[in-house]
Amino acid sequence: MLEIRNLHASVDGTKILKGIDLSIEAGETHAIMGPNGSGKSTLSYVLAGREGYEVTAGEILYKGKDLTELSPEERAGEGVFLAFQYPVEIPGVSNTIFLKEALNSIRRYRGDEDLDAMAFLKVVRQKTKELNISDDMLKRAVNVGFSGGEKKRNEILQMAVLNPALAILDETDSGLDIDALKIVSDGVNALRAPDRATLVITHYQRLLDHIVPDRVHVLAKGRIQRSGGKELALELEEKGYAEFAEAAA
Amino acid sequence: MTQNVTPVEAFVADFEAVNGLLAGNDLPWLSSLRRSGIEQFSGQGLPHAKLEAWKYTRLRPLEDTSFRPVNDADGSAGVASIPAVLPSDSSHPRIVFVNGTLRLDLSWLDALPDGVSIESLGQVIASDPEWVGAHLGRIGRLDGQPLTALNTAMMNCGCVIRVRRGVVVEAPIEVIYVAGLTDSPVAYHPRNLIVMEENSQATIVKLHAGLGVGAYFANAVTEVEVGDGATLRHYRVQSENRESTHLANLNVRIGKDATYDGFGLHLGGRLSRTDVFARLEGEGGHCGLNGAYLMKGREHCDTTTVIEHHAAHTTCREIFKGILDDEARGVFQGKIIVHPGAQQIDGHQLSNALLLSDRAEMDAKPELEIYADDVKCSHGATTGKLDDTSLFYLRSRGIPEALARNLLIQSFLAEVIDEVKDEAVREALMDKVIHWLPAQCFLAEEWTK
Repeated sequence: MLEIRNLHASVDGTKILKGIDLSIEAGETHAIMGPNGSGKSTLSYVLAGREGYEVTAGEILYKGKDLTELSPEERAGEGVFLAFQYPVEIPGVSNTIFLKEALNSIRRYRGDEDLDAMAFLKVVRQKTKELNISDDMLKRAVNVGFSGGEKKRNEILQMAVLNPALAILDETDSGLDIDALKIVSDGVNALRAPDRATLVITHYQRLLDHIVPDRVHVLAKGRIQRSGGKELALELEEKGYAEFAEAAA
Repeated sequence: MTQNVTPVEAFVADFEAVNGLLAGNDLPWLSSLRRSGIEQFSGQGLPHAKLEAWKYTRLRPLEDTSFRPVNDADGSAGVASIPAVLPSDSSHPRIVFVNGTLRLDLSWLDALPDGVSIESLGQVIASDPEWVGAHLGRIGRLDGQPLTALNTAMMNCGCVIRVRRGVVVEAPIEVIYVAGLTDSPVAYHPRNLIVMEENSQATIVKLHAGLGVGAYFANAVTEVEVGDGATLRHYRVQSENRESTHLANLNVRIGKDATYDGFGLHLGGRLSRTDVFARLEGEGGHCGLNGAYLMKGREHCDTTTVIEHHAAHTTCREIFKGILDDEARGVFQGKIIVHPGAQQIDGHQLSNALLLSDRAEMDAKPELEIYADDVKCSHGATTGKLDDTSLFYLRSRGIPEALARNLLIQSFLAEVIDEVKDEAVREALMDKVIHWLPAQCFLAEEWTK
């Protein structure tokens, strides 16, 4: 599904990613853990195609296609989704209209007909129920006045509606209390499927109690320092990241 | 215009030529009002950059182009489809002027509610000269306002709306000025008078729309009296053509416990400037003065406002937001004056502009002059670009860049358009905004209907 080879990336001329190799198969969930400043968020932005995040070497193959040539909206059309660490507030644009524009944009990219209002609502209603999202939240402007938990639930709602093949979750657990963490994790787990891959980026192990990964990778100093099974997360929780900071130094 | 005639001399000559034909030339008070107007205009000349209030706006088209006064032939132009803000279903009263001529054939003035009159200036001067004489020119100033003075001399059309004491008008009243399609550049000087008597309520929507591509000059003056306890919602849309010069002077007097809720949407015009003078004269009065301007090409849009608190316990709220693309230029000069003795004042002013191009320019000058001590006044001004993170957020959801930009522009303007309390008008204004936006993108039906 996703094959990252020797990926180097810079932001404003500063090298952040220094040779990442990572391979995720369909049906798998991988976690990337690491200390602050290790390049975790940069990796997520590079995968989603944010401007200013320049790939200087290496490649990102997604379903065999080179992602780096595509705009963010084209990547979304291809089935890549990034749940933001800090979801953006868009005053004056209702959540419903935003979701509908997004879904229909992706359908158009794929050559499908737009969903009409009724068909769209049917899709959304089912997802909102699962994610405990009220009608009120749908009517309100995108993320405006939302609590931290509501914002993250809203990200998962978008993910559920857009139905991506590759979901990247950037620090989705930050700012969540235990109840919200459970709702969000259940939402993510509900989307796990044989034809979908998930990349969970997190600083803490606690999210991985709920979203159990197939593989865990430690990112530090712009490179994957170590990879292992889910037990690696527990080890990190115990020992911290000090070892990797030293190893890379 | 020959080279040795200045623009001011040309306007004065026009006045002398048409003076005898203007409405009410048999009324001594009106003749002398017009005469004092032309004298003031001639004495002051056109505003120029050396005046502090005109630092950012130069009236170059008035210097470079010769505008003749409009005539009846200009006014009888056939207009296939009348531009409008509200639905064209004759469900509300409307009055239409084409190049300064009242067009009853396009207006809907039958079956007005009791206690409301909507007439042209010429009609009222003929039918009730005493009443109009008691109100006309009482709020608009001539000193220091040469364009108002010129209008006072030349006023040859305009809409007079009177709402009687205690009358609540449900349906919005639409006033439409259409200009353009003349054989040479024309000038017209609409003069509007709105009198809201005590405890009356109404919503008035005014549109200035330009047709074709030729130059014209609209020099509008509006005088508004909001009587004690009255409420006026006054929504103005300026959608002039790209060669036009649109100068508007709005003078508002707000009485005790009265509310003036004004909104201006400026969508087009080569050179436009709106001067607003609002006076809060009675306790408990409120002045809302909000607006948005969307300019592209080489358009220039200036909004200059002065809100004066003369009475205690008065409030004002002023939010202006602008979108400037290409080489467009925006100007916002907002002054709030709190006079001595006007205590317990609450004032809020905000100017935000979004530049869509590196060549666009914005000049904002907020000013507070406070001569009382128990006053709460805030102001702020920002100029920026579309937020990169927001743009990326929308695009990462599959929304194409052009549509994402449009959504963010709508988002930026929604805050101020939400100030429009009348839902039908608010939707109509957002619709105008959407049609202004670059069209190389697909919009869902919610946005395009």
